[in-house]
Amino acid sequence: MPSQAEARAITASARNGWLLSTPALVILSLAAVGPLLIVVIYSFLTPGQHGNVVWEFSTDGWTGILWSKDIFTDEWMLADAHLTIFWRSVSLSLMTTLFAFVVGFPTAWFIATRPPKERALWLFLITIPFWTNLLIRTYAINEVLRKEGLMNTVLMGLGLTDAPIDVLYTQTAIFIGMTYVYLPLMVLPLFAAIDRFDMKLLEAAYDLYASRWQVLRRIILPIVKPGIIAGSILVFVPSLGAYVTPRVLGGGKQMMIGNFIELQFLQGKNWPLGAALSMLLLLIVMAALLVYVRYANRGSSHG
Amino acid sequence: MTNPVTISARGVVKAFGQGPGAVRALDDVSLDIRKGEFFTLLGPSGCGKTTLLRLIAGFEMPSGGTILLDGADITDLPPNKRPVNTVFQSYALFPHLTVAENVAFGLQMLGKPAGEVRATTERMLALVKLEALASRKTAQLSGGQQQRVALARALAPQPKVLLLDEPLSALDLKLRKEMQVELKRLQHETGITFVFVTHDQEEALTMSDRIAVMNAGKIQQVGTAKEVYTQPKNRFVASFIGETNFLTGTARAGALELPTGDTIPVEGLKPVDGGKPVTVTVRPEQVRIGKPGVEGAKAKVAALVYFGTDTHCHLHLRDGTEVVVRLQSPASGDSGLAEGDEVSLGFAPGAAQVVED
Repeated sequence: MPSQAEARAITASARNGWLLSTPALVILSLAAVGPLLIVVIYSFLTPGQHGNVVWEFSTDGWTGILWSKDIFTDEWMLADAHLTIFWRSVSLSLMTTLFAFVVGFPTAWFIATRPPKERALWLFLITIPFWTNLLIRTYAINEVLRKEGLMNTVLMGLGLTDAPIDVLYTQTAIFIGMTYVYLPLMVLPLFAAIDRFDMKLLEAAYDLYASRWQVLRRIILPIVKPGIIAGSILVFVPSLGAYVTPRVLGGGKQMMIGNFIELQFLQGKNWPLGAALSMLLLLIVMAALLVYVRYANRGSSHG
Repeated sequence: MTNPVTISARGVVKAFGQGPGAVRALDDVSLDIRKGEFFTLLGPSGCGKTTLLRLIAGFEMPSGGTILLDGADITDLPPNKRPVNTVFQSYALFPHLTVAENVAFGLQMLGKPAGEVRATTERMLALVKLEALASRKTAQLSGGQQQRVALARALAPQPKVLLLDEPLSALDLKLRKEMQVELKRLQHETGITFVFVTHDQEEALTMSDRIAVMNAGKIQQVGTAKEVYTQPKNRFVASFIGETNFLTGTARAGALELPTGDTIPVEGLKPVDGGKPVTVTVRPEQVRIGKPGVEGAKAKVAALVYFGTDTHCHLHLRDGTEVVVRLQSPASGDSGLAEGDEVSLGFAPGAAQVVED
């Protein structure tokens, strides 16, 4: 039981806490809650003739996520095209996350085990792409992948293939592009986790009869798990909402949720559907985050 | 001790680096460690003792020579194929596992059935008196408790040899004394051969059955605590273990003639061919002080330092050479000597040892 004086002090510090966080709360409500509220309201309105909205309540925006109205009969039909887009977004994002991990883990391990001086150089190299505009980098990948591009020139020059591989404007191209763009977001948290990892534990595990594979599975992966989770979130979340990469490398043929939302606001002139889709994306991301946080807390209760 | 040899190092060399810049951490080391022994590798930092331990564990490969375990060559076996476990200086406990899971790890990796793993783990936790903390994470334990977990974890797979790399160095003095007793008890109860690395000579003297004193990548002397203390083979061993005096002079039959012309009787000393000078070492507590004129070397009391149980008397020989004498303090605390007193200096019978340089 805290004494009266202690209780007073606790209340006072709680009051001060609220007072001190007022500026942050104001910014948060203006920058995050406000716009979000507008999106929520728009998702329950009726689309206008030339875009924008009519102030008339309607749930059609939300219904339109999975169903679409037949142009002639005005009946709601299950929209296969929408489902394809959602599935493509989720599966491509999952694949990107997985592949970024498979490539990023050895990379992060390599950097973390270099001498400190060399390490700074490698980390610097990893962050260099961030200095260039995303659009430009994506067009660069486009240039590499296209029929007469670098990749095919090299492959054909080496005689590895007779005909150019037509990979541009496919899901594979989007997958390659997203992995490239988001890889540093996987490497950096992994590096931070591996850097904290006590390499003596490897010797201890080998000494206790663990094979190399068992050392990786039983010791390394569980201990660097917080880094794996952080990296996966950092790759999965922007992948799911990716817009530029599928636009440039998918050529408009391979739409992802981000492009689908854009479509509703521009050519589609269906703002409520666009708003509902945006909210859906947000909900999926939040659900993913919650699952991850749960999972992370359960596994890493050690200090 | 006539137990069979468990670990045998044969001409082991370990060099780090290449070419002329290479450092020889171990230089032609040969050593036999017997079954059930508490064997200590003692030496200053950088003497190669930890390198030798890591070679026995398999963390490093020797540049030359072989290591045998129960007569079988294990030189090329990786650590996970050697029935040898290590207690690390930093303990290296697995932070994501509980105390019990840490202890069970080795047994699980060996593929022991679950029932046996559980039973052995419980037995090991009881052995180090940690049953109550079995389900704690290791980060929540004190240094001494972590030490016990490390011991239980390394003992659980019942290795033929347990290697301990300065395991007590991170503990405070009181805990260190407790763990010294604890280690002896564990070794006694398990009967496992312990190879213990330390730079602390007192720790080595009190705990070991035998000690290998190492310096500059070489083994200087192997023997029991009494042997290395009372019969040091060379100057390094004499000065590294305990305090000592060195006197250089000419060997005569039964006496040492100092450069000052004085002679000190030394039982069994024989003249050396060519009259080459010899070095004799004698512990401070084995130096005897007599009245001036008694047989021995003339000396003058330069300083007296009172330590409670004993008094250190710094004597200067006629050529200025300093000899330290440790006198047990009498009840009054007064040693009966004063600075400037003239005395005669001799050695207790059998105390003086001729050492190699």
